[in-house]
Amino acid sequence: MTATLSGARPPRSASVALPRASAQLPRWAPAAILGASVVAAALLLALTSFSIVGLVALSLLLFVVLTTVISGRVEGSRRAKDRLATTAVTSAFLLAMAPLASLLYTVVKQGATRFDTDFFSLTMRGVVGAGGGARHAILGTLIITGLAALISVPIGMMTSIYLVEYGRGRLARTVTFLVDVMTGIPSIVAGLFAYALFQLIVGPGVRFGIGGAVALSVLMIPVVVRSCEEMLKLVPAELREAAYALGVPKWRTILKVVLPSAAAGIATGITIAIARVIGETAPLLLIVGTTTNLNLNPFDERMATLPVYTYYQFTQPGARGFGIDRAWTAALVLMLIVILLNVVARLVAKVFAPKGTR
Amino acid sequence: MSTPTPTTAYTPEPVAPSPVTPTRTPQRLGDRVFSGLSTGSGVLILVVLAGVALFLVSESLPLIGADPKDLPGGNGLLRYLGPLVFGTLLAAGIALLIATPLSVAIALFISHFANRRLARTLGYLVDLLAAIPSVVYGLWGVSVLTQFLKPANGWLADHLGFIPLFAGPPSATGRTMLVAGIVLAVMILPIMTAINREVFLQVPTLHEEAALALGATRWEMIRMTVLPYGRSGMVSAAMLGLGRALGETLAVLLVLSRTGAVTFNIISRDNPSTIAANIASQFPESTDLDINTLIATGLVLFVITFAVNFAARAVLARRADFDGAAG
Repeated sequence: MTATLSGARPPRSASVALPRASAQLPRWAPAAILGASVVAAALLLALTSFSIVGLVALSLLLFVVLTTVISGRVEGSRRAKDRLATTAVTSAFLLAMAPLASLLYTVVKQGATRFDTDFFSLTMRGVVGAGGGARHAILGTLIITGLAALISVPIGMMTSIYLVEYGRGRLARTVTFLVDVMTGIPSIVAGLFAYALFQLIVGPGVRFGIGGAVALSVLMIPVVVRSCEEMLKLVPAELREAAYALGVPKWRTILKVVLPSAAAGIATGITIAIARVIGETAPLLLIVGTTTNLNLNPFDERMATLPVYTYYQFTQPGARGFGIDRAWTAALVLMLIVILLNVVARLVAKVFAPKGTR
Repeated sequence: MSTPTPTTAYTPEPVAPSPVTPTRTPQRLGDRVFSGLSTGSGVLILVVLAGVALFLVSESLPLIGADPKDLPGGNGLLRYLGPLVFGTLLAAGIALLIATPLSVAIALFISHFANRRLARTLGYLVDLLAAIPSVVYGLWGVSVLTQFLKPANGWLADHLGFIPLFAGPPSATGRTMLVAGIVLAVMILPIMTAINREVFLQVPTLHEEAALALGATRWEMIRMTVLPYGRSGMVSAAMLGLGRALGETLAVLLVLSRTGAVTFNIISRDNPSTIAANIASQFPESTDLDINTLIATGLVLFVITFAVNFAARAVLARRADFDGAAG
């Protein structure tokens, strides 16, 4: 490369190790060019027709062209390419964040309309137009997800214990591999599986809550296995060896030494797994159905759940679209539950993390 | 009960506990029960997976002897299935085409461009995208994104109408295959980004530093070390994303206006349905043979996604073996 000696190089180069080129744009240059591009784009658009999308697109275009030309002149084409790549990657990231921002904004704004006490205390029984609530759906979701967790957590944890502590050879490899493949089962297929299973036991046209719990378990077990396995692997082998050296049997070592050491991580993993399945709609649509009444018995008849409630309120809003407001509020409640679970998981991980590790 | 915690003074490397099995374990009852239980759970997972396949097959069997006229559509199973498979692949294909470059760029941004504090926050944000329920994406897609992209549909028809994909006429509602594909792309971005990010972070620092020491710019370093190293990881990330997109139900169900037409025209109002969306929309009102037909389509979806996921995981697993061999 062509490095010529020059005193113009700034005393401290940027944190990223760039080669020492002869000339370099000052650090404020990108910001200045960006500002100039935005102003120029705004002026251009003010003459024609103004829109936010147009402004962003035009500013970006101007910024890319100006930066590439100026940097190419001053720093050479390789630096210019580097700056172009930086701009491309950064704007790709911002582009991907735009749906998230828009989605959060829309859900909060639309959901606020019916975010009242009625929504949490009433059911949809006998409601045709305005009013009504989602008490039955919220409770239904909690019951079915709780049952799914009750099924998935023991199976998932024992499987991860098998994989980490006992599993050797072909069976363990197969289980590991298929657990990974299982994470990709479409949720609607899980619903069909639950339906086919319970149709054989109960009869055609079966709809009840426990079926939904089984369907959700199919989706949840692999997530629990994965996260528990990661956490168990992090427990240092020395802890196990110390226990064995004291004559503790293997199963007691696992129960009293390995699991408590990994408890925080496991709790985090399970919380994330619950958050992953609590918003599942498709399987519940098939096997649980929906109802307007409060049904708290998962072994008898249809139950309402929050995701399915959201779907039906949105697609069959009834007179004057009151249902659409209820659907958005249900979506908001669902999002709040999911975000809350994620925050709790992070807090657990942070507070109980073993000292000294990341 | 006292909980043993690792001492702060000595933090051992997290090692897989392979060498700890004593050569002659005394066989205690508790040990046998516990090892039996945990092995049983592992086997149970295999049983469940086999059960999913078996039950779907057994519920599809009644279709074999059935009169084609009794099936939905009245033209036999294959005629019913064809457009659905086409629609499923088309929607997932559009999503993949959009999400693959974006996810690579986002992963690069998080792993190699953003500073570390920022990167962690951004990681959370991407995880948050993954946690949003699909029904919420559907609601957002149909009420915000369709409206937002309606002008784009028209613009594509006016200016790129000579390409069959954008032949138009543009849909008046905006509920087109293109928009459904975009919503799917947003939904599969997080998982793809997560895997790409993992792989990019695994690139040996020495490779990167060697490239930088030779005078490479950051972009040249990425092109010379990060991207070649991460190639197989990016392939499997794309395949996992494809698997997700193929099976996604609610977003397609809410966003797409489905008429059953088989067409590559992705901005018109006539669109094929997808397998998953079709099951979800038909199942609640179906009985008897219709249900068997829907379960058969579900079986096809299961086989497709299973194959895609299997291939993706196989690529990832081979890559892991390779890394192990390389040290």
